[in-house]
Amino acid sequence: MSAGLAAIAVILAAVLTNNFITVKTYGICPFLGVSKHVSSAGGMGIAVTIVMFLATAVTWPLYEYVMVPLGIDFLEIIFFIFIIAVLVQMLEKILQKVSPSLYNAMGIYLPLITTNCAVLGVTELLINTSSMESIIGEGFTMNYGWALLYAVCAGIGFTLVMILMSGMREKLNYTKNAKALKGFPISMVTASFICMAFTIFGSIVI
Amino acid sequence: MNTTAAKYKKITLDGLIFNNPTFMLVLGTCPTLGLISSAFNAMGMGLTVVVILTLSNIIISALRKLIPNDVRIPAYIIIIATLVTFARFFLDKYVPSLYEALGGFLALIVVNCIILGRAEAFASKHTVAESAVDGLATGFGFAFALTIMGCICEFLGKGSIFGAQIWSFKMSMFATPAGSFIVYGLCIAAFTAIMDAVTRHSKEKKSREKRMHMLTDELENREETVGGDAV
Repeated sequence: MSAGLAAIAVILAAVLTNNFITVKTYGICPFLGVSKHVSSAGGMGIAVTIVMFLATAVTWPLYEYVMVPLGIDFLEIIFFIFIIAVLVQMLEKILQKVSPSLYNAMGIYLPLITTNCAVLGVTELLINTSSMESIIGEGFTMNYGWALLYAVCAGIGFTLVMILMSGMREKLNYTKNAKALKGFPISMVTASFICMAFTIFGSIVI
Repeated sequence: MNTTAAKYKKITLDGLIFNNPTFMLVLGTCPTLGLISSAFNAMGMGLTVVVILTLSNIIISALRKLIPNDVRIPAYIIIIATLVTFARFFLDKYVPSLYEALGGFLALIVVNCIILGRAEAFASKHTVAESAVDGLATGFGFAFALTIMGCICEFLGKGSIFGAQIWSFKMSMFATPAGSFIVYGLCIAAFTAIMDAVTRHSKEKKSREKRMHMLTDELENREETVGGDAV
C-alpha cells in the first residue's frame, strides 16, 4: 500500500466508515448530553479532538517503545487512564493561564473528557494491530504518524456527528412529541437515523 | 432489625427499578449500544459489570476513610482500572469467546459512568454491606436491561435469541448501531411510560383516601352543626 493511498484510507476510515459514534458507539455520553446546541456541540467536539491527539501522542510511543519491551503491556488500561486524567488536568490549567477566553469557552467540557470512552477507546484501538489492519486494509503497517493522523481524524468524525445531531435537536425543540418520548428517547431515535445515513459510507472500498 | 431489612429492600429496589442505570439514569450507554445486537454478548457484559461494580463498591467503601477527599476520583479510577485488568485476564483465560466478542468494550468498563457514579454517590458514604447490596442491585439492573434489549435486537436482527433460531425473517438494520439506538430509545420510552402510570396510580389512590377522610370529617362537622341548630 503506497503512502498516499494509505493516508486516504486512514482519513476515510477514521472520519466516515469507522466513525466513533455511529459505527463503534464510543463516546455516547457527550453525544447525548452536550448536543442540545450547535455551539456547545462544536466546543465539545474540538476539546475531544485535542485530547485524543495529545493522548495518542503520549500513549502510543509509551506502549510501543517502553511497555512492550519491558513486558508490562498488560498494565495498559491503568497507565492509559492515568495519562488521560493527567493530560486533561494539565490542559485545563494551561488553558486557564494562557488563554482565559478559550478556557471560558471550552473549560466546562474538559473535566467531562476524562471519563469519555472515545479518548480511552482511540488509544486502546490504535495499539491493537490486528483490529487496525482489519479497519484499514491488508498490508497496512502502523507507525507513529498514522496513529496521530487516525486520532485527529477520529476526533473530526466525532465533531461532525456531534454537530449534525445538535442541529437536528435544535429543530426537535419545536416539534410535538408523545410525553414518554420526550428527552432521551426521541434523541436516540434521531441518532438512529444518523447512524442509518452513515451505514452508506460502509460501501466505500479503497 | 425491621428497619435494616427495610433499608436493604429500598437499596435493592432503587438499584433494580427506581434508579435503574440503563432506563432511568441513562448511564453506561456506550457498551449498551455497542453490544445489544447479540443477547449473549449483552448478558456477558452485564454480568461482568455486576462483578466489577460489586467489588469496586466493596473496596471503595472499605477504604472510604483512608482516601483523602482531594484525590478521591483518581483513586477510584485506579481501583476500577485494576479490577478491569483482572477481569480481562479472567475472561481471556476461561471465556475466550466472550473476550473476543466484547472487544474494546471490556477495557472501556473503566470509564463506565455507572461504576464511577456508584462509587462517588453511594460507596463513599455507606458501609461495606450496604455498598455490596447496592453494587449487586445496580449491576443486576444493568444486566437485566441489557439482556432484555439484547433479546429484542437479536430477535429482530437475526431471528434468533441466544443463538437459537426462531424464525427466518430478519431485518439486518437491527444488527447495526442504528437498530440498537432505536430499540434503546423505545425501551426507555416504554419504561418511563410504565413508571409514570404506576406512580400516577399510587398517587391517585393516596389522594382518594385523603379526600375520603376530608369528606367524612366535613360530613361529621356538618352533622354536628346541623344537630346543634336543631337543638
